[in-house]
Amino acid sequence: MDMNGGQALVKALECEGVEVVFGLPGGAILPVYDPIIESTIRHILVRHEQGAGHMAEGYAHATGRPGVAMITSGPGATNGVTPLCDAYMDSIPLVCITGQVPYAAIGTDAFQECDTTGITMAVTKHNFLVTEAQDIPRIIHEAFHIATTGRPGPVLVDIPKDIVDPRNPRSAMTWYEPTDDIMELPGYRPATAGDPELVRAAAELICKAERPVLYAGGGILKARAAAELLALAELIDVPVVTTLMARGCFPDSHELCLGMPGMHGNYTAVTAMQSSDLLIALGARFDDRVTGRLDGFAPDAKVIHVDIDAAELGKVRNPDVAIRGDCKLVIAELVEALKACGGLEAQPDRRAWRSQISGWQERHPLVYEQSEPGELLKPQYVLEVLRDSTPDDTIVTSGVGQHQMWASQYWRFDHPYTWINSGGLGTMGFSVPAAIGAKVGMPDRMVWAVDGDGCFQMTAQELVTASMERIPIKVALFNNAYLGMVRQWQEMFYEERYSEVYLSHEIPDYVKWAEAMGCVALRVEAPEEVAPAINKANEIDDRPVVLEFRSAAEENVYPMVPAGQSNSDIVVDPSQR
Amino acid sequence: MTATSQAAAADHSHRFHTIVTTVENKPGVLARVAGLFARRGFNIESLAVAPTADERFSRITFTVDVASSSLEQVVKQLDKLINVVEISELSPTESVERELMLVTVDVAGGRRHELLELVDDFRAYVLDANQSQMMLSLAARPGRLDEFEEHLRGFGIVQLQRTGRVALPSLDS
Ligand SMILES: Cc1ncc(C[n+]2csc(CCOP(=O)(O)OP(=O)(O)O)c2C)c(N)n1
Ligand SMILES: [Mg+2]
Repeated sequence: MDMNGGQALVKALECEGVEVVFGLPGGAILPVYDPIIESTIRHILVRHEQGAGHMAEGYAHATGRPGVAMITSGPGATNGVTPLCDAYMDSIPLVCITGQVPYAAIGTDAFQECDTTGITMAVTKHNFLVTEAQDIPRIIHEAFHIATTGRPGPVLVDIPKDIVDPRNPRSAMTWYEPTDDIMELPGYRPATAGDPELVRAAAELICKAERPVLYAGGGILKARAAAELLALAELIDVPVVTTLMARGCFPDSHELCLGMPGMHGNYTAVTAMQSSDLLIALGARFDDRVTGRLDGFAPDAKVIHVDIDAAELGKVRNPDVAIRGDCKLVIAELVEALKACGGLEAQPDRRAWRSQISGWQERHPLVYEQSEPGELLKPQYVLEVLRDSTPDDTIVTSGVGQHQMWASQYWRFDHPYTWINSGGLGTMGFSVPAAIGAKVGMPDRMVWAVDGDGCFQMTAQELVTASMERIPIKVALFNNAYLGMVRQWQEMFYEERYSEVYLSHEIPDYVKWAEAMGCVALRVEAPEEVAPAINKANEIDDRPVVLEFRSAAEENVYPMVPAGQSNSDIVVDPSQR
Repeated sequence: MTATSQAAAADHSHRFHTIVTTVENKPGVLARVAGLFARRGFNIESLAVAPTADERFSRITFTVDVASSSLEQVVKQLDKLINVVEISELSPTESVERELMLVTVDVAGGRRHELLELVDDFRAYVLDANQSQMMLSLAARPGRLDEFEEHLRGFGIVQLQRTGRVALPSLDS
């Protein structure tokens, strides 16, 4: 069938099962926007290309299907760089289509030309510059294959205008089915199962460990291995910590769950890792926010490290057993190997370890002081009420800062894929667009965006997108008048010398602003107003809602391991010192 | 060998690593490979690129100046590049390395005969000559090229170009 490149591109996306594209047109991508009109694909018109990228990320994280963004050349593409980097750091499967100036004009500083593949080389798993219309179906198929297999990640496809413009003879092509056998990727061999011998070696280490901890990272979610992790933990009766990227992969209400480790992790999770004699790292990457000062991290622990990406093994901490493979398959293999070794009976008596852990849990729970009448709200309290007033499977997205850490600490994640945040890059402004993407992918689920006042001001305009497209997300906006996390560091490490962190409680007027964007908005200032406001928000299902929680500026996130210090020097809440 | 050049050679084997990659013969692949080193501030000491017997692929041979521990990490990351098909590190003791030098030397001082003796000794070739200058070529071990270059300095080097080394594993390694 004869087609033009623009039609082929849209058809190729349909063949990949794409149901929604987040984007914004412009000169170079214009020809692709014409066949979009007839397509079955829903297009969501964003207000800024960064929003398109984060929406695609939220969609991908919530659904497990690749998110797709489509933007124009030059400024469109550069606006897309932040979400690409965000997706790269957090291994989110994304395909980003960018328009490019006509092939012959590349390199001439043409209007809205930029070297998109050059700029994004370091923030994508792979990128393509398509030079012939005939290659479009194959390259789109390769892009989706690369984005979704192995360690997932963002793939960018840069499309010169001439090969998609029906008025240009270079756009002529003959359609063919994009199937696996037409892919030309001789250098791409994603790992699958683990080496059985190494799995056996790992099982032997586990059978000898007296103080083991399962260190579950975001790879568990990427591998869709939550059920396997649960089976493993229960089989050997070993406690689990879930990193910021892994929250929800193991139920918080399970008795073996110790919660989040790391810089603002809870005392027990941090200390159990520190005291452990065997860390079983599954799809985790020993991020500096988890390890603290590396030479003081878990000094007595042997390490089993399972990751699909060979470059993670030994990158930070030398493992005793390193297994390259897909977590879902390797954990299943490990469960079999452990059963073959005798299952729970073969495990050492770990009663002392368990009682040590429950001792820490008793002495160092997460704590905060409720506000006095007349004082501003405590964000921790608001998050507890929000948690208890929403369905169990509510999807929570977050910005970056104090509110993010409190959300991760105080929420009870009992289901995988209910927590969506920017972990590796720490991108302020992630929350609102990610929530929109998640809601588009999971329209029957309640989606709450937890956001800070600083973050909100970076991408709030996407609430216009949400209103126009009738995407009823809910925003819990924590207005503490500060770039709070930075304020906390200045208080603790710069002798309370506050430099450029004050925002204001009053300006902007968030309620008016949200209303102007087509949202229902409420300001909440007292504890007794919190639950009624949330209940009201939960009833609204035809437009976005913004609840502005006026919250205490001076509240700090504890526990905290100060940057560059050992996890043994964890600073607990003042009331526990 | 002088004491300093001996020390340099020892240092050489310790820090310099020869990496041979087979990559897809496509635009931009060299930039991806080089970019991984550039991002870490590692210097590529020598580089040679050419298509293989199968023209869909190219071989990039490069020598880098990094500690072994960081190298291992970069090699794993190179392997992750979609266009990189194969990658191996060649140790100097288990491989054969060659490099080509083209050099124009000043012979105006009447030392033409002396230079031709040197050419013989090193099994180099004379490619071109006129009244005052002679152009030579030599393909040999990189260390041998260093020595040749050292000798030629006494005559006066007008222009010199080296290709960067290529390498293959030794047959019985
Ligand atoms: C794009 C971007 N710029 C700067 C930072 C550094 N940063 C980290 S947290 C933070 C403060 C966030 O403020 P806010 O959204 O109000 O959240 P809070 O900490 O007050 O809860 C800043 C500036 C960042 N993470 N991302
Ligand atoms: Mg704030």
